Formats: sequence, C-alpha cells, structure tokens
Amino acid sequence: MNEDVLKKVQSNPKFKELVHKKTSLGWQLSIVMLVIYYGFTLVLAFSPSTLGAPLAPGMTMTVGIPVGILIILSAFVLTGLYVRKANGEFDQLNREIVEEAQK
Amino acid sequence: MKKCTGSLALTALSLFPVLAFASGAIEGDVKQQATNWHAIIMFVVFVAFTMGITYWAARRTRSASDFYTAGGGISGFQNGLAIAGDYMSAASFLGISAMVFDKGYDGLIYSIGFLVGWPVILFLVAERLRNLGKYTFADVASYRLQQTPVRSFAATSTLMVVAMYLIAQMVGAGKLIQLLFGMSYSSAVIMVGILMVCYVLFGGMLATTWVQIIKAVLLLCGASFMAFMVLSTVGFSPEMMFEKAVAAHAKHAAIMSPGKADPVDSISLGMALMFGTAGLPHILMRFFTVSDAKEARKSVFYATGFIGYFYILTFIIGFGAIMLVLNQPGMMETVTKNGKEVHQLIGGSNMAAIHLANAVGGDMFLGFISAVAFATILAVVAGLALSGASAVSHDLYASVIMKGKANEADEIRVSKITTVVLGIIAIVLGLVFEKQNIAFMVGLAFSIAASANFPILFLSMFWKGLTTRGAVIGGFVGLASAILLIVLGPTVWVDIMKHPTALFPYKNPAIFSITLAFVSTWLFSVTDKSRSAEEEKAKFDAQFVRSMTGIGATGASKH
Repeated sequence: MNEDVLKKVQSNPKFKELVHKKTSLGWQLSIVMLVIYYGFTLVLAFSPSTLGAPLAPGMTMTVGIPVGILIILSAFVLTGLYVRKANGEFDQLNREIVEEAQK
Repeated sequence: MKKCTGSLALTALSLFPVLAFASGAIEGDVKQQATNWHAIIMFVVFVAFTMGITYWAARRTRSASDFYTAGGGISGFQNGLAIAGDYMSAASFLGISAMVFDKGYDGLIYSIGFLVGWPVILFLVAERLRNLGKYTFADVASYRLQQTPVRSFAATSTLMVVAMYLIAQMVGAGKLIQLLFGMSYSSAVIMVGILMVCYVLFGGMLATTWVQIIKAVLLLCGASFMAFMVLSTVGFSPEMMFEKAVAAHAKHAAIMSPGKADPVDSISLGMALMFGTAGLPHILMRFFTVSDAKEARKSVFYATGFIGYFYILTFIIGFGAIMLVLNQPGMMETVTKNGKEVHQLIGGSNMAAIHLANAVGGDMFLGFISAVAFATILAVVAGLALSGASAVSHDLYASVIMKGKANEADEIRVSKITTVVLGIIAIVLGLVFEKQNIAFMVGLAFSIAASANFPILFLSMFWKGLTTRGAVIGGFVGLASAILLIVLGPTVWVDIMKHPTALFPYKNPAIFSITLAFVSTWLFSVTDKSRSAEEEKAKFDAQFVRSMTGIGATGASKH
C-alpha cells in the first residue's frame, strides 16, 4: 500500500464509519458471548444447584439442560448476526472505500 | 470388539478435564482385540479414496501458496467443514461422549467451553488474520515487527504446540486402533505416521483439507444416525431418555446436574479453551485457505454451526449409551485397576460411543464408526504436520535463515523435508510414549496456544504500542509460564511425578499465564525507547487500514 492510498483511505469519512461500526459490533457481540459464558461458569462455580433444579416439578430434566443447549445455539446465532452484517453492509462500505482510494 | 482385559483409565478424564478433548483420554494398558474385518475393510476404502484425492491434489499443488494454503481457493463452506473437522477429533467424539456417559451434565459443560471460543475468533481475529497474513500466523504477528526474533518465537511456540498435540494423537491412535481394529500398537503408530506424511507431502493443504472435509461429513452422518436411533427408542422424548438414563446410572439424578468445581480452575479452564482455540496454529492456518475476509467469516459461521450440532449429538449419544449399553449383557467386564476390582464397560468408558454404534446399528455400523474414528485421527495429524512444516519452512527457513531471499522451490523443498522428519519424529515419539501418561499434553498445547500465541497475535492487531521486544519477551514468558505451571501443578507434579502435594494448586494455569504474558508484553513494549520501536509503532496505521479493508491482502491464486 503506498502513502497516497493510505492517506486517501484514512481521510475518507466512510473509513471512519466502517471502523466505528465494525469495531463496535465486534466488541459488543464478544462481550455478549463472554457474559453468557462466564455468567454460566460463575453459576456453575457458586450455585450449581440452580442448574440442577428440575425444569418443572416432577420432571427429570433439569434447568441446566435447556440452558446448555441455548448457550450452544447463542454462539451460532451471534456468529450468524455478525456475518450477515459484515458480509452485507460492511463489505458494501468497504468496496466503496477501496474504489475511492484507487481513483 | 470382544474381550478386553485392559482398561482405558477414566481417571484421566476426571483428573484433567481438558483431556476429554484429547486422544489423551485413551490411557493405560489396552489389550489388543480380535481383528475387526468390517472396520478394516471400510478403513481401507477410506484410505484408498483419500489417496485418490491426494493424487488429484498433487497435480494441482505447484507453488508455495498451493502447498500451504491450497492456493486460497477453498470456499467458506468447505473451510467451515474442515475447521469443524479439525475440532471434532476422535477423542472429542469418544472423550466427550465418555464424559457424558460417566458424569452426565458435566460433559455438556466442556462441550460449551470448546464452542464459545469460536464467536470471539470471528468477531476479533478471523478477518484481520485473513487480511494481514499469507501462510502462518507469524506473518501477522511479525507484520510490522522485526522478522527474525518474532518469527523465531512464533515458530518455537508453534512447534511446541504441534509436538504436544502430535504425541497425544499418536499415542491415542495406537491405543484406539489396537482396540478397534485388533492391530498391534506399533504397526498402528507407524501406519498413522506414514499416511500422514503421504497426505501432506504429495497433496499439501488441498489434500489435507479434503481429507478433513470427508471425515467431517462421515463423522457428522454417523453421529446423527446414532442420535436419531437413540431418540427413536424413547419416542423422541428427551424427558423419557433422561428418566431411563437416571434409572440406569449408578449416580442416579446426580447425572442431571453439574458436579463440584473449583471456581478459579473453572474460569481458568474456560480461558484456556476459549483463547487456546484462537492460538492453535493448525486452526489459524485454515483462515489463509479461503479467498478473502468474507469467506473467512463464513467459515467460522459454518464451523460454529457444525461443531455446536456435533456437541449436541455427543450429548445424546452419551445419554443413549447410559440407557442402551450400560449394564447390558455382553457389554460389561470386571477388571483390576490399582489393586481394586472395577466393573466397567468393555474397554472402558471411552468405548461408550463405539458400543452404542453396535447396539443401534449392528456389526456393519460398528465397523463404519470404528473406521471413521481412525480416519479422524489421520485427518487431524495431517493438519498438525502441515502446520509444523510451514513454521519451519516459511518462518524459520525462508524468513529467519534466508532473510526473505529464499526461492519458492527451495522453500517447498524444505517444507517437504520437514514433513518427512516430523513424520519420523511422530512415529518415534508415539512408540517412546506408549506406556507414558500423556494425558496432560493436549491441555498443555491449549495452554501454550492461549498464553503464548494468542496474546501476541491479539496485541499485534489491536495495540499500536506493541514492539518487537515486548512481543518476544511477553511471548516467551507466556510459553514458559504455561509449561512451568502445568509441570508444578497437580496433573504432572502429583499424578505423574508422584510428589505428595502440588507446588501450584490449580490444574489449569491459563488465567495466570495469559495475564503474565499480557502484562510482560505491555511492560517491555512501553519501556522500549529504541528507534526501531518508534518505527514499528509508526507502521501501525498502514497495518490497521489493511486489516480493516483488505487492501494489499493476498488473494486467491489464479489457476
């Protein structure tokens, strides 16, 4: 990358917008995942009986089972959200930045 | 799968949970089984087919880029399957279903730990890695730093991770094949070594990826079939499955809730799993096999889906084994372990999924699942060998020794020689470690990846202030502390070296070693007042623009 292209990209307001949007979405979703997972770990460590309680009176299935499955699903859903946003909106913005830089 | 007086020590699983993932889960003396012809025939078909693919791939593998990254021509979906394949090792399949079989809910907890690293890799690492690197993660770590020291560090830590993982896989393979196929340990290890070298040497990344994809599809199909059959016996009612399992299991309702765990150890394990995944060189390498950031993102999306689905299946398989295999006639044996009589599943709990295959699908399906388990090991070791070979040829030879002036043909030659050498080393270590307790090795590999590779990779992409001095010192501090703390901890100091008490109280050192790595990297970077440090910081802006936009990134090669 030469100095000229670098300057053009950096001064392009669309680049600032891309950086802001991509970075904040990435961090927000990471924090959501970390909170879900470490929240789960803390419940395991300090209050395991919460997860061991029956889902409904008389049931064998415990609260922990659907919670565990939901965490697995949440990982998949979060990646899906990010990919949709990044491969659509962000990549469009990115294409414009690259084109404008090469003019 | 008839008589087996040997034992797969369950203790390995309970003592060091990370191992549930590893082939290290298969421990202790294993007695050779009667020859299993169904499995052998199906395995031979698999080998013949993958050798055909290797031949096809060999004719398409000419340049260094072909060899290391399949020319960047793998699609996001294919790469997602290959990544999932790298993750769904034989031990992950057998080990996690065994853990569910033994402890119920706790098995699910580990699956979750292995999965949740993936979204974070996607949000923070994947596309930046793809935009900045070419063949190895060291390309990214050394992007604006001095090549020689940073690549030397990265290659050292890559080779450490690869060696630990390879030993665990080779020993696990030898024992598993003894059990599944009725072959001798040494012939099994030699065969795995030779096949691994063939795939990598002739077919490079293209063959390695396709072997991984085929195996992932076979494993997902086999596991889906088993889970379906398990659920069909209870009229597709999970509640009914849990009721029957609780009635059959010696621990009764305890299998439905989490067991006791030390908070520090749990969080530390979680960190090792999450950040270790983002620092495993053979996984990071897969991001260079796709054409651009867009495909890199898609690969993580598909991989997360497949891995999550697979873990839900292993959970059902574990409960299915409790319901359909535990205490059934012809499935149990009594063995003597440490002077005590133990009533257990034939071959130990790690065989739970295998016995279940027999129970739900008969001899043919048992043969199929056995062959898939073997194929899984082959595919994983091939990826490891390729990753080790690229660290030597691309990082050490081309960048450190030849200072970037190596020609491509020589670089490929070096990586091929390294592959052969790695194959020989893997076979020798596999034979040497046969009787050793290697259970801690995959845990060690994850800890090193999380404490040495991940902090440097992460800071190189996110922190302008990182300098060569900080990266190299911090990286080695992470590497050394991860190794030292595991050796001084309960897993090695007490269980293997037989000292009465551990010098370091936790089984999982990641929370300490990762912190140490970050702090020392920061400290030795901010106190670095050299002129080269100033230049390195000045190069960050250009790196940042490239990591964000992909301008200047290596694209797919045109064929």
